[in-house]
Amino acid sequence: MLVIKNLSARIGEKEILRGVDLTVPDGEIHAIMGPNGAGKSTLSYVLSGRDGYQVTGGTATYNGADILALAPEERAAAGIFLAFQYPVELPGVGNANFIRTALNAVRRARGEPELDAVAFLKLARAAIKNLSMPDDMLKRNVNVGFSGGEKKRNEVLQMALLNPGLAILDETDSGLDIDALKIVAEGVNALRSEKFSALVITHYQRLLDHIVPDRVHVLAAGRIVRSGGPELALELEAHGYAGLEAA
Amino acid sequence: MPAILETRDTVEALTGGQKYKYGFETAIAMDEFPKGLNEDIVRLISAKKDEPDWMLAWRLKAYAMWLKMAEPDWARVHYPAIDYDDLYYYAAPSGPAPKSLDEVDPGLIAMYEKLGIPLNERAALAGVERTDIAVDAVFDSVSVATTFRETLAKSGVIFCPISEAVRAHPELVQKYLGSVVPQGDNFFAALNSAVFSDGSFVFIPKGVRCPMELSTYFRINARNTGQFERTLIIAEAGASVSYLEGCTAPMRDENQLHAAVVELVALDDAKIKYSTVQNWYPGDSDGKGGIYNFVTKRGACRGRNAKISWTQVETGSAITWKYPSCILQGEGSVGEFYSVALTNNFQQADTGTKMIHIGKNTTSTIISKGISAGHSNNTYRGLVKIMPGASGARNFTQCDSLLIGDRCGAHTVPYIENRNMTAKVEHEATTSKIAEDQLFYCRSRGLSEEDAVGLIVNGFCKDVLKELPMEFAVEAQKLLAVSLEGSVG
Repeated sequence: MLVIKNLSARIGEKEILRGVDLTVPDGEIHAIMGPNGAGKSTLSYVLSGRDGYQVTGGTATYNGADILALAPEERAAAGIFLAFQYPVELPGVGNANFIRTALNAVRRARGEPELDAVAFLKLARAAIKNLSMPDDMLKRNVNVGFSGGEKKRNEVLQMALLNPGLAILDETDSGLDIDALKIVAEGVNALRSEKFSALVITHYQRLLDHIVPDRVHVLAAGRIVRSGGPELALELEAHGYAGLEAA
Repeated sequence: MPAILETRDTVEALTGGQKYKYGFETAIAMDEFPKGLNEDIVRLISAKKDEPDWMLAWRLKAYAMWLKMAEPDWARVHYPAIDYDDLYYYAAPSGPAPKSLDEVDPGLIAMYEKLGIPLNERAALAGVERTDIAVDAVFDSVSVATTFRETLAKSGVIFCPISEAVRAHPELVQKYLGSVVPQGDNFFAALNSAVFSDGSFVFIPKGVRCPMELSTYFRINARNTGQFERTLIIAEAGASVSYLEGCTAPMRDENQLHAAVVELVALDDAKIKYSTVQNWYPGDSDGKGGIYNFVTKRGACRGRNAKISWTQVETGSAITWKYPSCILQGEGSVGEFYSVALTNNFQQADTGTKMIHIGKNTTSTIISKGISAGHSNNTYRGLVKIMPGASGARNFTQCDSLLIGDRCGAHTVPYIENRNMTAKVEHEATTSKIAEDQLFYCRSRGLSEEDAVGLIVNGFCKDVLKELPMEFAVEAQKLLAVSLEGSVG
């Protein structure tokens, strides 16, 4: 379970998060919506440990552990996965090699045996098939020359293989056509279980047609200003964010 | 960029000289000559090797040339003046030279085992070690063992210490020695020509494809001793060979000189692939100690459609001064240079290549990847020269530099001289840093910062590493990771 209490953070001198309270129980998918500049991406980076984001107050725990004290790789080992809004290119690094290295690093940290190349490929090919992705996805260099949609699908592939307990999807739907959107959504839905939870950050309601959230929260000016069921997303779609910041 | 600062600190913290795992010394009874260099020392070396008169005369001529030459000062490397009279020029395990593997000092065999170099043919044949590499092991000034010579002899391949070739195959040595790198070529080549004590000799006869990979493993052990090995590889028409070279040395506070010469000759349609993983002791994290690696390597494509390919992974040495080059004389001949040079702490590397296009339709490819970390300086220096007769010549050069931290330097000095209007010369260069977002991306997937740097650096070097023979590539990848991260396995 992810428990965020009164979390504040800034970049440089700029206060971005101003006391976020949020609880995501295991087994649930929560959506975070909100206007540009509300702090959505900052929240995802603070939770995953990116440098340059200074936590000025509050706490965040996952399954009882203080995640803010952990290095990014330790958070990954603890089961937290961030699907990037802008996945990064790694020239010369093969995708299969990258994902296997990551998976084995996480497995090592969790005290599980590492997978050899053959076992990994078997697993990866199965995941690719489930996600209706092309086979060459594994052979190419990490995100190099990928279209926007392919990059997002690669995030979902990594998520499927790393099998996290908590996935944070940072505007994974941006720039996706409807087919790619469905694939991404299926990837998330396939992971749904009693032990899996997700924080889906999005601008638009349309992703939530495919990943139906248990709860929807509105982040504005660094705080959660409204929370509700899936119907809240529809309301926002109809009326916009206007007026929420004052709430 | 806090992550970059942190990376730099991590890299530095982890890459102290203490991480050099080949830094042990082997206690073996040694013969050493008196310190210093003069004609008598040259005569002594020659006598020790039981050399014919012509060889001694050749050495003395080189020595006379060397006396008149000045140490080159154009490279971007800085070091205190070397006192050539304060060095030993010969060191060898004492006693008569071993005639077979059975006579090799067990202490030496154990040392090579520790280094991962199999000298034991029987174990290899029994499948304990891999069986497809023949090894010539050079310990300080002498070759101590050459494996699989009989197997190779069956296909007519000669693979032996060069000191032995001087006696056993004088006609070949006289014909080719110094024909690519003449005695007076440069200061260090002249020095080597005067005092070289051993090295490998390879001869692949007409039409023969060498049945196994050949390799030489160089080890400096003795203190204050220069290592001056000389390698000569000849591939006759239609012959081909892949040759690997590896190097290590003990950790010492003082600097040691390594001035080698490698000559390659490829006749019509011959192919020589020469791969180096250079891991001499680089000095400690304060820049103390380490090897001065001042090496002249050159190959001549004398025949039509001959091909010479240099691949090097340079991670060691305090200073590297090295330009493996190709003289593309034969029509349609091909020269290649693939290089990864990684410097950390206070290491300095000035390395690159020369491609001299003489024949028609000759082509050359240069791919150079420089990685600098710590306070190090890494220079690519290259020359592409197209002679008037080289119609249709083509060159493609790509030089990429990767910087880790903000106290290191990367320099690219490409010279292009084109004297033929029909030639095509391309040069591409990039300089980049490991981006903070790349590191964070890897770490968010569970990779430690050091693993992330290793992965990114290996990706950066991929175009070169893929040119190495398989086992060497794996070793080189690990070496790059170790040199940067200190995660000694």
